[in-house]
Amino acid sequence: MDFLIFKAPMLMVQASLDGILLGILFALIAYGMALQWGVMNIINIAQGDLVILGGYIAYTMYLVGIHPAWGVIVSPIIMYFVGVLLYKLVINKVVDRDLFISILATFGIAIVFQQLMNFIFGADVVVAQSEYGTTMLFDNSVTLPNSKIFSAFISVLYAVALVVYMKKSRLGRAIRATAQNARAAKILGVDTEKVYAATFGINAALCGIAGALISITLTLHPYVGLPYTVRSFMIVIVAGLGNLPAVALSGMGLGLFEEFADYILGTEFRIGAVFMLLVFILVYRRFKLSKKREYLK
Amino acid sequence: MNKLVKLFITSISAITLALVSFSSSFAKVEGEYIVLGSAISLTGKYSSNGVHTQNGYNMAVDRINSMGGVEVQGKKYKFEIIYYDDESNPKRAAQLAERLIKQDGVHYMLGPYSSGLTKAIAPVTEKYKIPMVEANGASRSLFTKGYKYLFAVLSPANQYLEVAIDLAVEKNGGKGVRIAQAFEQDAFSQDVRLGILDAAKRTGSEIIIDDKLPKELNDMAATLAKVKATKPDVLVVSGHTKGALTAIRQISEMKVDVPMLAMTHCDAAKLSKQHGKKSEYALCASQWHKNLSYKDKFFGSGKKYDKDFKKEFGYAPPYQSAESSAALLVFKDAFERANSFDRDAVRDALKTTEMQTFYGNIKFGPGGQNTAKPMILFQVRCKGDECENKVVAPTKWASDKFYHPIPKWSERS
Repeated sequence: MDFLIFKAPMLMVQASLDGILLGILFALIAYGMALQWGVMNIINIAQGDLVILGGYIAYTMYLVGIHPAWGVIVSPIIMYFVGVLLYKLVINKVVDRDLFISILATFGIAIVFQQLMNFIFGADVVVAQSEYGTTMLFDNSVTLPNSKIFSAFISVLYAVALVVYMKKSRLGRAIRATAQNARAAKILGVDTEKVYAATFGINAALCGIAGALISITLTLHPYVGLPYTVRSFMIVIVAGLGNLPAVALSGMGLGLFEEFADYILGTEFRIGAVFMLLVFILVYRRFKLSKKREYLK
Repeated sequence: MNKLVKLFITSISAITLALVSFSSSFAKVEGEYIVLGSAISLTGKYSSNGVHTQNGYNMAVDRINSMGGVEVQGKKYKFEIIYYDDESNPKRAAQLAERLIKQDGVHYMLGPYSSGLTKAIAPVTEKYKIPMVEANGASRSLFTKGYKYLFAVLSPANQYLEVAIDLAVEKNGGKGVRIAQAFEQDAFSQDVRLGILDAAKRTGSEIIIDDKLPKELNDMAATLAKVKATKPDVLVVSGHTKGALTAIRQISEMKVDVPMLAMTHCDAAKLSKQHGKKSEYALCASQWHKNLSYKDKFFGSGKKYDKDFKKEFGYAPPYQSAESSAALLVFKDAFERANSFDRDAVRDALKTTEMQTFYGNIKFGPGGQNTAKPMILFQVRCKGDECENKVVAPTKWASDKFYHPIPKWSERS
């Protein structure tokens, strides 16, 4: 236990801002997961690996001399097609199957992706430089890397764009209809196969954006995908499916919780504290979920 | 029926014969070859350093073989290594060690890459009484288990950054300093931490931040905010390449001013290349540097090794390659002094090793660790946008002056 944070109010501000900025980025990944989970009932273990692949696309651009921030446009485009391809190859065979099968399948995809990235990009930890500088507040006692502000801004931008797209566009409506009741949507003429492919593509694209942002704010390595999967899984569990504002809130909340846990409990309990919170939430939600299951029967 | 039985017997005996000839072709010493075995990470998360290790081994094998090989009982032998890919997986490494020993009949082993994998293999080599010279497992716990067949050419992990604390105390006029430290929660980094704790006790220094970073973590913002608030004299960070890269990225972004920053894995992380000027003044622990003045007759000096290695593999040798090459020199020396292929005789010879290689002096302590070679510290220094690692400690080997304190971010261009 350490109460340094209560002695220095500026640390409180720093921790809150760090937590929120990071939380927004995680919320973007979770947003994609919630979307395809809700629509296709698939828990994508390879989510984090899609993120890292997106990051490597931005990093490759950086290596050839293009500013990595352009990755937030290029990476989702490439990743959309990766997502659609992945759907056609593997995911379409597990969509209607048991949840366990889809977890197994995406776990396999995760391993293949890790090894491929290791093979192509090497096992070194890499970073892309944005050279965005730092914003200093309160006489340099609170510092915010502009790259983090940039990534939060881009995340919000894409999230809002996606919400609007889901509401207004034909495909968006089809996706929502399929999420509500795939059979009914099919009967009413929605090509659910296409909807599934597009959903998985959009999810991969969101991962691509997040990956590009991670390449300039954190670090990339072929094997660090899993923590992103776990984190987004947690955010979705807390927020529930099909509730996108809740995903954003829960992302920020978890970011904040993690930062404060770091100060109060110590860094070594930072991730542990988040898992403890998850356990509490799962226990709390158990009743709700069991009711829902009965209803579905 | 009779035909079938005959066929069956013939095929069984053919297979047995093939197996016998196969295994004997890989026995400990075959013809003019001394066969060594090594499980090494050629794929998986340690694959870059695994390849550095393998290149180091191969370079030394070629060099020793081309310069006359190993002389035992008046006969010249050459080295040969059987490699298996352990996929950076400790369980796999232990299985492969068994396979090397039991199936391939290897009697002498070279270590894998990383402390974790060496820890997985050591019990196996110990069980079969196979001498292993390893060059990439620095964890202190390897040397406290009473292993009798394990020899490490490198300095143990707890020594990595002790020198840095001594240096900080020296700069502080001999008085104790205030230390902030952040270490990843893995065997190696925690051993480095123990070394710092010892050094702090010895010098009367105080540890004001002692963060243990979870393995999954790639964000140190909270630790660094604490550092900013408490203003320590030294910040020590160890978390493999990820830790080194994350630390420099966030220290520069958060404008954290500390008089001294000491780390591990700077050269493996290619810190000065990836972060350029942002990494300037970082102090890094290293097992070896090409500018050290150690010498041997096979590789000449560190500089010569650096040049030859570059010519052969197309990149500058990291210390992982240099120490791996040194492991072969140790084996050659031990075989010649033992003048025998008896495993226990070779082990006894290894135990009394006392030699200088281009990589440093080598003499094994009771636990098998190398006690004759100090760790060195280099500091990243930049001219324009070109950054280089300059040796600053210990003073005996220093090529440049240690720059202290690190200028504040507001004063840096």
